[in-house]
Amino acid sequence: MAKITAGVTTSHVPAIAAAIDLKKQEQPYWQPIFKGYEFSKKWMAEHKPDVVILIYNDHASAFDATIFPTFAIGCADEFLPADEGWGRRPVPKLKGHPDLACHIAQHMILNEFDMTVVNSMDVDHGLTVPMNLLFGDLGPDEEWPCRVIPFPINVVQYPPPTGKRCYDMGNALRKAIEAYPEDLKVVVFGTGGMSHQLQGTRAGLINKEWDTKFLNGLTADPKALTRIPHSEYVRETGSEGIEMVMWLAMRGALNEDVTETYRFYHVPCSNTALGHIILENK
Amino acid sequence: MADPKLSKYLDEFEDIPGTLIFNTYRSRQGFNLNQFCMSLMKEENRKAFRANEAEYLKQWNLTDAQRDAVLNRDWTGMMREGGNIYFLAKLFSTDGHSFQHVAAIMTGSTQEEYAKMMLEGGRNPKGNRSKSNPSL
Repeated sequence: MAKITAGVTTSHVPAIAAAIDLKKQEQPYWQPIFKGYEFSKKWMAEHKPDVVILIYNDHASAFDATIFPTFAIGCADEFLPADEGWGRRPVPKLKGHPDLACHIAQHMILNEFDMTVVNSMDVDHGLTVPMNLLFGDLGPDEEWPCRVIPFPINVVQYPPPTGKRCYDMGNALRKAIEAYPEDLKVVVFGTGGMSHQLQGTRAGLINKEWDTKFLNGLTADPKALTRIPHSEYVRETGSEGIEMVMWLAMRGALNEDVTETYRFYHVPCSNTALGHIILENK
Repeated sequence: MADPKLSKYLDEFEDIPGTLIFNTYRSRQGFNLNQFCMSLMKEENRKAFRANEAEYLKQWNLTDAQRDAVLNRDWTGMMREGGNIYFLAKLFSTDGHSFQHVAAIMTGSTQEEYAKMMLEGGRNPKGNRSKSNPSL
């Protein structure tokens, strides 16, 4: 039986991609940010998942303005890094797990979560930055050490799904994974956030107090977080802080009782309050 | 007639200062503008756009306001005309600019001042939560 052992959340700031690709990791601005993931990389290397289910949002890369799927799952054999306006990132292509992905899609739809199946897509910084932060700065000729199933959630066009819907979706994802007969170790990522606003005269908003409460609640009382309305995310954490509903999707896939293995919070990372947490199922 | 529950949902965002929410209505309004931006994910299109911006834009059926905003790199104008920041990112990446560069312009500060504000912990939410209650 496939089993979820842990969940990871992390911001997926595009400037991190640029810092890695331009080899700026040791510069004073970037050094504390990458240092914050040293423990995580070691933990991941020891944890050795077979598959990562990576919940993120597509930033107008795979999906253009013709379609905004609310919950989608990448079922392809492999996924290339997207060209987001400056060429494809020099990172390895991602090997999918089409059999598990198809199983999850079917299981979830029959369990009344109507997934959009994506048979071909490129993946943008929302997916490749978390891979770098947890698995290291690999070049295009290397291989990621595990399979990856991209799991895009729409948070670009309002309304995105509610936090509760994301959490419940995580529950359904877990049931689907546990119904897969092969023994696989699965880690679920929920990415994006924390407080940030990239647009308008309020750009640059950061709310450390709110973010800290959210991080605390994620471990101890995630169900309370599912009641936060969209307007509170935007008011308190900026227009792009809404990405944190994807953290609740990850949390819904874990046990109620989890151990917080690691936490990192840093301001600023470009326009963003960077947050990262590792939770292990008890 | 708008559904009152949905109107309330949308109105709550309108009370937040300095913020445009890209909802389904704005998605309709900005469709052609956003699709033009998407075209810049291909190098051959970036080349054609750089060679003659006004000519390249003709095929995208933009409104005059959208076209002028693109040519003038009026980011706030593009947002007002239905542009979404992640789509506009393809345009400013083509220009060789970062999110921080464009965010600084939209706030009316220099990139230097904006970067300094971020290093000092970012924009404080106090006073930036509500148009109707600026003391929040």
